[in-house]
Amino acid sequence: MISTLGGFVLFLALGVTLYAAAAAVLGARAGREDWLASSRNAVLAHFCLVTLAIFLLEYALITSDFSLRYVANTSTRGSLTRYKIAGLWGSLEGSILLWEWLQALFAALVVARYSDRGPSGCRQLMPYVQAVLQGISAFFLLLMTFGANPFAPLFPVPPDGRGLNPLLEVTDMLIHPLLLYLGYVGFSVPFAFAMAALVTGHVSEEWLTITRRWTVVAWLFLTGGIFYGGWWSYRTLGWGGYWAWDPVENASFMPWLTGTAFIHSVMIQERKRMLRVWNLVLITLTFSLVIFGTFLTRSGILGSVHAFADGPVGVMFLAFLALVLFFSFGLVAYRSDALKGHGELDSIVSRESAFLLNNLVLVGICFTVFLGTIFPLLAEAIRGTKISVGTPYFNRVSVPLGLALLLLMGIGPLIAWGRASLNNLQRNFLKPSLAALAGGAILVALGVRQAEVLAAFVFCLFVIGTIVFEFLVGTRTRAKTTGEGLLTAFATLLLKSRRRYGGLIVHLGVVVAIVGIAVSSVYKVEREQTLQPGESMQVGPYSVRFDGMAAGERPTHILVWANLMAFKDGQPLHTLTPGQRYYPNQQSPFASVDARYHWNEDLYVILSAFERDGSSATFKVMINPMISWIWIGGGVILLGVIVAVLPERRLALLALRAKAQVA
Amino acid sequence: MSWKKALIPLACVPVIILLAYGFRTDPKAIPSPLVRQPAPGFRMAVYDAGELSLETLKGKPVVVNFWASWCYPACYEEAPLLESTWRKYKDQGLMVVGVDIQDKEANAREFMRRFDFTFPNGPDPGSKISIDYGVYGVPETFFIDRQGRITYKHVGALTPALMEAQVQAILKGN
Amino acid sequence: MGSQVRGAGSLAGAPGRRHGRWPGFALVWALVWIGLVIPGVAPAASGSPNPDLEDQVREIASGLRCVVCQNLSVADSPSDLAKEMRNLVRELVQQGKSREEIQAYFVSRYGEFVLLSPPKRGFNLLVWGLPFLAIVVGAWGVYLVARRWTLRREEAEPAVDPAYAERVRRDLREREGPAGP
Repeated sequence: MISTLGGFVLFLALGVTLYAAAAAVLGARAGREDWLASSRNAVLAHFCLVTLAIFLLEYALITSDFSLRYVANTSTRGSLTRYKIAGLWGSLEGSILLWEWLQALFAALVVARYSDRGPSGCRQLMPYVQAVLQGISAFFLLLMTFGANPFAPLFPVPPDGRGLNPLLEVTDMLIHPLLLYLGYVGFSVPFAFAMAALVTGHVSEEWLTITRRWTVVAWLFLTGGIFYGGWWSYRTLGWGGYWAWDPVENASFMPWLTGTAFIHSVMIQERKRMLRVWNLVLITLTFSLVIFGTFLTRSGILGSVHAFADGPVGVMFLAFLALVLFFSFGLVAYRSDALKGHGELDSIVSRESAFLLNNLVLVGICFTVFLGTIFPLLAEAIRGTKISVGTPYFNRVSVPLGLALLLLMGIGPLIAWGRASLNNLQRNFLKPSLAALAGGAILVALGVRQAEVLAAFVFCLFVIGTIVFEFLVGTRTRAKTTGEGLLTAFATLLLKSRRRYGGLIVHLGVVVAIVGIAVSSVYKVEREQTLQPGESMQVGPYSVRFDGMAAGERPTHILVWANLMAFKDGQPLHTLTPGQRYYPNQQSPFASVDARYHWNEDLYVILSAFERDGSSATFKVMINPMISWIWIGGGVILLGVIVAVLPERRLALLALRAKAQVA
Repeated sequence: MSWKKALIPLACVPVIILLAYGFRTDPKAIPSPLVRQPAPGFRMAVYDAGELSLETLKGKPVVVNFWASWCYPACYEEAPLLESTWRKYKDQGLMVVGVDIQDKEANAREFMRRFDFTFPNGPDPGSKISIDYGVYGVPETFFIDRQGRITYKHVGALTPALMEAQVQAILKGN
Repeated sequence: MGSQVRGAGSLAGAPGRRHGRWPGFALVWALVWIGLVIPGVAPAASGSPNPDLEDQVREIASGLRCVVCQNLSVADSPSDLAKEMRNLVRELVQQGKSREEIQAYFVSRYGEFVLLSPPKRGFNLLVWGLPFLAIVVGAWGVYLVARRWTLRREEAEPAVDPAYAERVRRDLREREGPAGP
């Protein structure tokens, strides 16, 4: 029943979305306002239909209707309701439906926002924006109709479902994929505007101005998704790390890199009307990489922990990827004459150059990740040998590039537009450089010898120095010229150039995260030892005593855990209970790690093996210094983006209120 | 649009072709470098029967099977076939050797009793033999000819047809 | 172009600002920063029973692929087989085997697939070399483009008078925080 209904709703949505796309294009060609209006209504109707489909699937999930194959695969009767709900994105078919729903939502938001208002030039673009967004939706609906139907029936109806992969049964799983999908879908909006600009030939700066905020928000979601994914991995996967350069992680990292490059290079186009082709290429690459990444994870062509099942889905994704690439790069080629910019530069020593280099390095890292990800395939095709390209490779190649990027992060925001005079360079960079070098010297004196760590610290110090310096000088100058108090001056400064200072705060967050990454990976301490009850093991300043094993039943699994007591310098510090979870439907147990999380150092314990009678157990104990700085950095980035994109009016209101309080 | 401009979108073609090639490969099938190489020697404490060393079997065709009692269902599917092959060909000089990996002895003995194993089986403490044979998981089976060379490696449960063909191949060689 | 214009190009540049208000700014800043970093770096100094051996094992194991878990190293993987492999690596190190010998052993058993970082020879040189080649070519391209644009500007330059340039720069500075869409 629900199967037929759901299938019908999706089919109807496909019809409506195709109609919306056709009506938009034909209406724009024929100049028929009524067709355009009808297309807009169809976009909204399409959103309603997909929403209905989501409700149907959620209803089936919550009521454990195992007559749907998807429900049987992703939940059991005993699952907690929130995991039943999250079953929507626990497996292939449902995650495509969720993606399509977000796609429909964003299309509806765009239509609602820009159909009758919006900046000049928007009117000509909108029909084609709708057509592109609906085209993307049509692909996902086709995928569900012919390859991955979330409403596929199951007969005979089983008494109970198989359930989610236990790794996914954590609260984070409710959030992490949602953030990623919001990021992915978000980038389709600037992409659609870029394509519309190319189709209509209105290739000047309008599409950029309109989509700037969409891009930044999409970037925020993607960044949040990546950080959250690392956090989830660290706390639940049970190997003590947060990033393994797995194809799936790379799949989210690549569009992030090109998206970051895009956010920076549009600033040059807005200001100088150059790099038009480059920006179109960047947004096209970003969107293509989103599809490419999804293709990688859904096709199963690369072995990956996260890979979903294979089937016709992979082929359909590849076909769509080819279509997107040919269509968009074909358009760029077709419009290349109109796109000819007339770049002019006062001097090679300028912010423009710093941005060009920033783009070069970001795209270079993206190329490296892409190459490393598909190189095993290339090696197999040409040499016929299976090889691996993993963490040591990616770290080795991307660290020098990352350091270059870090340095540019200090230079870019402060070097003058146009031409940086010696005066400008001296004023902005002399003190931060001296501070950085002094810091480097102190670290060398303290015995830090690894060149990469030193470089990372010195560059981080330099970047933070420039940012702090910029805030200090700006605040002081403002306070002096306007006579405001320092705090007020700081707040108004922040509000007056939100985009600039928001950006600097984002940079600050990135630096904090980089410090966390550098320290935690280089100074990580790890020991593995088998203990009998009462015995202790020594790891750095910590000593961990094994007090025996215990076991208990949990709603969905059996938990076996070890009782440990951690001491630091002889003082009792914390009890730790690392364990293993046994699920009825899974062959091997899942680790349940425990850790003492602390702002500058985590003590992280994994129970790697134990004797059934509790006579001994093997523990892997890690000291992960400053790993929480990565998550703190993520938080600072979030803060910075919020400062940068918060709507004008709300901020003005806040400022007024603040002023009233001060007065 | 001139032909030069058409090159821009066409630059994507090699990538698409490479990705399409990916559908023809199986990321899980990794060829073993040991095939056609001399089989690594090993000594193993056989359950209830002293010690067994591969060197002493020189001149005999050998089937080495890696299994575990926790490996369900694949190991359970192929176990009867291993035993019947051993009974059928032992008079022609065929040896079947079972290496039980990462197992509890009690469970392993239960498994052997269940399938009435009469060929030599033994544990692999520290997974030394498994790693020496490049074993990924269980079950995996190696066919070794009279010269002590590995002729074939099979991953997953054996089928009667495959077993028969590979055993005939190592029996024939001299 | 006059020096007056150059100075105005700086964003932070504002009249009346004194240099060297805090002579030790740089040093103070560096110390504060390092004070934050030290707690993280410190524990590395202290060790456990056999730190050298363990670090060596970890170093070698982190370059080997855990064959039962697709994308983790032998050092990181929680699986049983990876644990046995770590033990084997430890034994081999204790026997005095070098990193290369241990890697060669694993390659002879599992194939090149077991190495997480492809050895730098033959076809694999592509994956190691291409990123740097791309960056070098890209940097050369950026340089060429930047130079062409600079030259173009210099041809058009003489027409601009300093007062006008000053005004443009002031406008630009005000656009620093443009309004939303």
